[in-house]
Amino acid sequence: MDTFKTLVVILMSSVLVNNYVLARFLGICPFLGVSKKLNQAVGMGIAVIFVMLMATAVTWPIQIFVLNKLGLEYTQTIVFILVIAALVQFTEIVLKKFIPSLHKSLGVYLPLITTNCAVLGVTINNMIDGYNFTQSMVSSLGCGLGFLLAMVLFSGVRSVIDERLVPGPFKGLPVTLIAASFVSLAFFGFAGIVDNLFA
Amino acid sequence: MITDILTALLVVAVIGIVCGIVLALASHFFAVEEDETVKKIREALPGANCGACGYAGCDSYAEAVAAGKAEPSLCIPGAAATASAIAEILGVEVSAAAPKVAFVGCNGTCEATSNKAVYEGVDSCAAAKMIYGGPSACIYGCIGCGDCADACPSDAICIVDGLAHVDPRNCMGCGKCARVCPNGVIKMVNKNAKTAVMCNNTEKGAAARKNCKNACIGCKKCQLNCPEGAITVVNNLAVIDYDKCTNCGTCADVCPTKCLKNVNFETVG
Repeated sequence: MDTFKTLVVILMSSVLVNNYVLARFLGICPFLGVSKKLNQAVGMGIAVIFVMLMATAVTWPIQIFVLNKLGLEYTQTIVFILVIAALVQFTEIVLKKFIPSLHKSLGVYLPLITTNCAVLGVTINNMIDGYNFTQSMVSSLGCGLGFLLAMVLFSGVRSVIDERLVPGPFKGLPVTLIAASFVSLAFFGFAGIVDNLFA
Repeated sequence: MITDILTALLVVAVIGIVCGIVLALASHFFAVEEDETVKKIREALPGANCGACGYAGCDSYAEAVAAGKAEPSLCIPGAAATASAIAEILGVEVSAAAPKVAFVGCNGTCEATSNKAVYEGVDSCAAAKMIYGGPSACIYGCIGCGDCADACPSDAICIVDGLAHVDPRNCMGCGKCARVCPNGVIKMVNKNAKTAVMCNNTEKGAAARKNCKNACIGCKKCQLNCPEGAITVVNNLAVIDYDKCTNCGTCADVCPTKCLKNVNFETVG
């Protein structure tokens, strides 16, 4: 039961408290770039979940069984970037061959997240937090879901901004960034919730 | 010390090589055959990306043709040569698109018409049109700020005497100018047309005449005299049905304001 509890806590904390976009400020580029339309935001979010899970599944064994054994922890960043980039490329090729429909809907987003800092951040943070394999996968799933949540919420905010008259100097990116900061502030309200989830 | 560096180098190199080999193998074994026809059709197209076919560019048109979603004969700049090339690739018979040419249906030169106001705003027909229909006395004619010339991908349009002129030798018939003209003065006509209406004014005769000496006054002389019945006056403006017109030139002879004009797009500019 305790294991299950830990997993739920990891999941909830990575979705809400340590939301990668809104609390850790990783992956801001796709967050601002692809959040204009809801369906694109959802597509991107799902692609990120997918890549995060794949990346964690591959980088965790590499870190534990190769880098840690050889005392090469300091090459973590470069090895992870290399592996994740190759992995995403590989996934794209395989998807294109076997599931063309999925490739068509995810295809545009996959290259965008090849070396996304949110993906790299998830894999590295899993190691820093000392998670085991299951915990790492759950944490990645949570981070992906958090990213999806942030994208969906923010695409809603942006569609409202688009309908408003914005003063000239704030048009476009400035007002988007201001709105993003408000959404981010709202997420700080979740801090402290998870610790007391099972209290 | 040196072994540490070498181990690190070796590990990263091995991981990199493994990734590279996996990717190379994957791209070899999971290769998806690119559609050859799309490639061939794309090569047959002129590559002007003018959008006259109704697609975003030559690439998307090639894909649409290969998928059977579009007719092979829609490329206007490429005309018969391109259509037959595509037809050969697809193995079908097509009739080529008639070569089109843009034509400025207005003869309101500075001498023939006057300005009711002096426009000093942005140098754009679309902007000028917003202020009481433009500075010219006739709100139907060419405004002369050159939105069409800006839109033209082949530099075929120039503004002379307050009026846009299309050089048919350079015009490839993409119709971009006709789409940007806020008054709809520019019309796409078949390149073999020999007669054209040089007016766009639908006001009644007296009013049109007052605003421009060269305007169509809707007198119906052309309609009555045309041996083929190809001209009808609609809304005080002569309209030629090019399917019936035999290029006899009678209308141009009888037109009192000379707004019906003999033209030749095929030889001279």
